[in-house]
Amino acid sequence: MTVYLVPLILIGVLTSTGVYLLLERNMTRMLLGLLLIANAINLLIITVGGRSGNPPIHGRTSDDRTTAADPLAQGMVLTAIVITLGIAAFVLALAYRSYRLTTAEEVGDDQEDIRVSRQTEDEADEDVVRPEPERATDEPAELDALPASRGQA
Amino acid sequence: MSATSALVPLPMLIPIIGAALTLFLGRRPRLQRGITLVALSAVVVVCALLLHAADRGGTLVVHVGGWAEAVPGMGPLGITLVVDRLSALMLVVSSIVLVAVVWYAIGQGIRDGDERQPVSIFLPTYLVLAAGVCNAFLAGDLFNLFVSFEVLLAASFVLLTIGATTERVRAGISYVMVSMVSSLIFLFGIALIYAATGTLNMAELAVRLDHVTPGTRGALFAVLLVAFGIKAAVFPLSTWLPDSYPTAPAPVTAVFAGLLTKVGVYAIIRAHSLLFRGGGLDSVLLIAALLTMLIGVFGAIAQTDIKRLLSFTLVSHIGYMIFGIALSSRPGMTGAIYYVTHHIIVQTTLFLVVGLIERQAGASTLRRLGGLAAASPMLALVFFVPALNLGGIPPLSGFIGKVTLLEAGARNGSVLAWVLVAGSVITSLLTLYVMTRVYAKAFWRSRADAPEGALAMASPSTLLGEPEDVALVDREDVGRMPVGMVLPTIALIGVGLALTVLAGPIVSYADRAAGEVLDREQYIAAVVGGTR
Repeated sequence: MTVYLVPLILIGVLTSTGVYLLLERNMTRMLLGLLLIANAINLLIITVGGRSGNPPIHGRTSDDRTTAADPLAQGMVLTAIVITLGIAAFVLALAYRSYRLTTAEEVGDDQEDIRVSRQTEDEADEDVVRPEPERATDEPAELDALPASRGQA
Repeated sequence: MSATSALVPLPMLIPIIGAALTLFLGRRPRLQRGITLVALSAVVVVCALLLHAADRGGTLVVHVGGWAEAVPGMGPLGITLVVDRLSALMLVVSSIVLVAVVWYAIGQGIRDGDERQPVSIFLPTYLVLAAGVCNAFLAGDLFNLFVSFEVLLAASFVLLTIGATTERVRAGISYVMVSMVSSLIFLFGIALIYAATGTLNMAELAVRLDHVTPGTRGALFAVLLVAFGIKAAVFPLSTWLPDSYPTAPAPVTAVFAGLLTKVGVYAIIRAHSLLFRGGGLDSVLLIAALLTMLIGVFGAIAQTDIKRLLSFTLVSHIGYMIFGIALSSRPGMTGAIYYVTHHIIVQTTLFLVVGLIERQAGASTLRRLGGLAAASPMLALVFFVPALNLGGIPPLSGFIGKVTLLEAGARNGSVLAWVLVAGSVITSLLTLYVMTRVYAKAFWRSRADAPEGALAMASPSTLLGEPEDVALVDREDVGRMPVGMVLPTIALIGVGLALTVLAGPIVSYADRAAGEVLDREQYIAAVVGGTR
């Protein structure tokens, strides 16, 4: 099987550019990166599908070729393109919504994650018994004492 | 085509038709809910019939459109759907979980008056997700598996960001990006495998990949493992999960936690034992399993939000399944299959219980919870049973699954296997510690002792919950758990207990399924015929 170098180099360039863009925090760039990688992979599938040839329909020929083209590779690429298009539309909607909500295109960090990583040992183990002088001792010891009772004392 | 093979496409067809119908009936919520419940219940029945048929009569195969093997040696040309014991079991468990969660979501929705809110897309999307999950278990070729992954992912994107609040959009973006990268790596692997073998049918691939040079074969296996590892949340690829799952509404998180990672685990089982038998990455998988278990559970210890904490235990317990798979032995696979079944049920149940806790107490973080055992003893019981089950207390199913895995590890006898056995025991103990901590804080201590005990969410988080803090006393709807939410949770606990009561038959079924998964000749013969 002959392999053409040009499509392979193109696939490599598209993938590496895509990975570079995907590592950004800017949503538009991430989407572009995703699309570039998707196109690189589609190109790869077409390349591995073999050489061009007759249409895969019984009795049809084209340019007097002797072999038929692989229809499966094209079918797969078509499916992959449709899926990527759908997801790209969804990501664009998400990016627009994110921009409307935060007026920034950057993707932020998980706030809870930051909070957990910053919490001190004391906060993490909040079972430490703290003196709470403001609680009235003569109140009925309800297990589910409403927090409001704290303020009343 | 026999009557039983006619059932094979139904677990995918029924939900997708249901999705179309419910989409048109967006303005008739009652009808929408009715159709969803009927469709998913029908799927449970169909899957149970398939389980029976696959166990009695062997693997069921349907060549869609009759595109079976046209030329000998070419392999089937069209889409192939295959039901063997493993996929039948996965289908049954998933469909049960799907029904229970949608019942819960409906129970929650009705209570919150979703007639006023634009959640009419929830049920159609949920049905599409169901179709994707079922199709992934049915798929007999890699490209169909890819498409079903995309179907369930696209649906999960919508469900995760439903309502599009700031926090959900932020979590959704990282989830979408990570999932898409995983899908693209999978597609990349498909292209490479197609280049190496010229087919994508799994049975045919199993035959042809044996003739590929070992180096290429190992590389192809590694590409697929990375793709499936992201989906299954195996350690170095698991960080996206605790970041994105907790922000979604409770029923959505529950169904994601139960099913989506397990679809990845199922794909790893297929790649490991059908496509790349003896692929040579077992020790890598064992180490990944160990790290997944330990790092997952250490992450869980640090959390204060119950949803995030459960997401970390979810990651941690994926390690057990990978452990069983990587042992490459029949007892190991038996343990992995039983553990997947157990974990789907118990993890979903726990996330549903967190939804109930949010409903009862207006918060899911341990900083605000307290006194729940006194406020609602029923809720305490409903949390207690699955929590112990997850921790692996005998005689519950978590214990049985872990013992099966530990026995398989001990029988393997290698140093790495013993390290894994020790790691599993430690993880189990730490899981129990984490669960006890939640129980002690949220259920036993007085709410006044919680650091932020006076705060709660303004109203119960609905499908479109916008979290808004108020003082606990100002909260509406305090302590009302709708029957529609409690009953499905109890039903799932019942299913979890049934895994203990029926452990004998289920383990022996898992053993037969493991034998079938490992004896791939039988799978190949069923799909491509006895010509090989």
